[in-house]
Amino acid sequence: MQRNAVRWGLLALFVDGPKYGYQLRTELDTRTGGSWAVNVGQIYTTLDRLVRDGLVATEGADAEGRELYMLTEPGRVALAEWYLTPVTETERPRNELAIKLAMAARDPSVDITIVVQHQRTESMRQLRDYTDLRRQANEDVDLTWSLFLDHLIFALEGELRWLDHVEATVLRRRYTRPAPASTYAPTPPEAAEIAESGRARR
Amino acid sequence: MSDVVLRLAEVERVYRAGEGSVWALAGVSLTVRAGELVAVMGPSGSGKSTLLSIAGGLEVPTSGSVEVAGVRLGGLDSTAVAHLRRDRIGYVFQDFNLVTDLTAAENVALPLELGGSSARAARASAITALDEVGLPEVADRFPDQLSGGQQQRVAIARALVGERRLVLADEPTGALDSQTSLAVLQVLRARIDGGAAGVLVTHEARYAGWADRTVFLRDGRLVDTTPERDDARRLLAEPS
Repeated sequence: MQRNAVRWGLLALFVDGPKYGYQLRTELDTRTGGSWAVNVGQIYTTLDRLVRDGLVATEGADAEGRELYMLTEPGRVALAEWYLTPVTETERPRNELAIKLAMAARDPSVDITIVVQHQRTESMRQLRDYTDLRRQANEDVDLTWSLFLDHLIFALEGELRWLDHVEATVLRRRYTRPAPASTYAPTPPEAAEIAESGRARR
Repeated sequence: MSDVVLRLAEVERVYRAGEGSVWALAGVSLTVRAGELVAVMGPSGSGKSTLLSIAGGLEVPTSGSVEVAGVRLGGLDSTAVAHLRRDRIGYVFQDFNLVTDLTAAENVALPLELGGSSARAARASAITALDEVGLPEVADRFPDQLSGGQQQRVAIARALVGERRLVLADEPTGALDSQTSLAVLQVLRARIDGGAAGVLVTHEARYAGWADRTVFLRDGRLVDTTPERDDARRLLAEPS
């Protein structure tokens, strides 16, 4: 999935003209704020595959002798097809947060509000920091970067809404069901104690 | 410190409800400095509106203290509180709350005129305030001749006109679409960066992202607070 995204991301970089290898890395980096963390090796491997598949072709060298690559006609068609193909495979079902809270929600010994609070604080911090970056970003200068940040902001907003929902759902269910034997707050100093008492209960 | 504009210390607000009592706020402490915007989030009934009313001197806490611009509200009589409110504190509401029979400039000038400024001086300050929210051209228009976003920017200008340095905003983007909301937050943020202090009650995390800190209220208590800023670029480069 990630590899595929890099492949298409690179291909898309060629629409405004020929580029040399290292330039691709720099541009990808700037437009995604480094969040893709693609190394140079991966860039060149991917580029080789794009050439092999006929989507990109070499196009001489620039004044400094760097080899230039450009989009081919089949490459342009493939890119257009990519744009029109909805993304279906995502990592969503394997999201650690989703698993963590879904598991915590069914464990009566976990105080879900504390788990949610810890996460909400962190998610909110990220949201604030991305919002800061977004305020500094200029759509006219770098539209890709601005929209990429918007993506992160909307995703965090969704995550925070979901956290509220999880908390409310679990609390509502607990209020209408028999109280659990005990609850715990999973803060680090108490973690050992929890493990102890957990063993004792079982 | 002298740059503290709002300080709530161990504020409790108890309402009597029949035989029992309801703690709308159960010991809330919050400090907002000049140049700082603090967002308040929390489910309905968590005490957000009570917090704002108490911070603005509209409601008196059952216990604890409230200080605005270095003045402790508890030591003042109701007239003095009213003066402090008029001179130091501005409100921004979801439904704009502009006086429909007054122009934008008259709306902004109103608290100054009530405070004894001459009409001419008040208008001059109002024009400056409208300029600061990017709306110098609407000075002589009436609220119904303005878009929602423009009305809210006028409300922000009014909230921070003259010596007013504390803006209390209750869901200021609640009646606006998302692009307009961002424009309003931009203006609010610019005024805060210019030295004002603000409290922003919102249920939208995306808008709370504009604040320096977000505090969460639950059942009248603050349950968590966003920590200090990180280098956001590093955060992006090394996802945790």
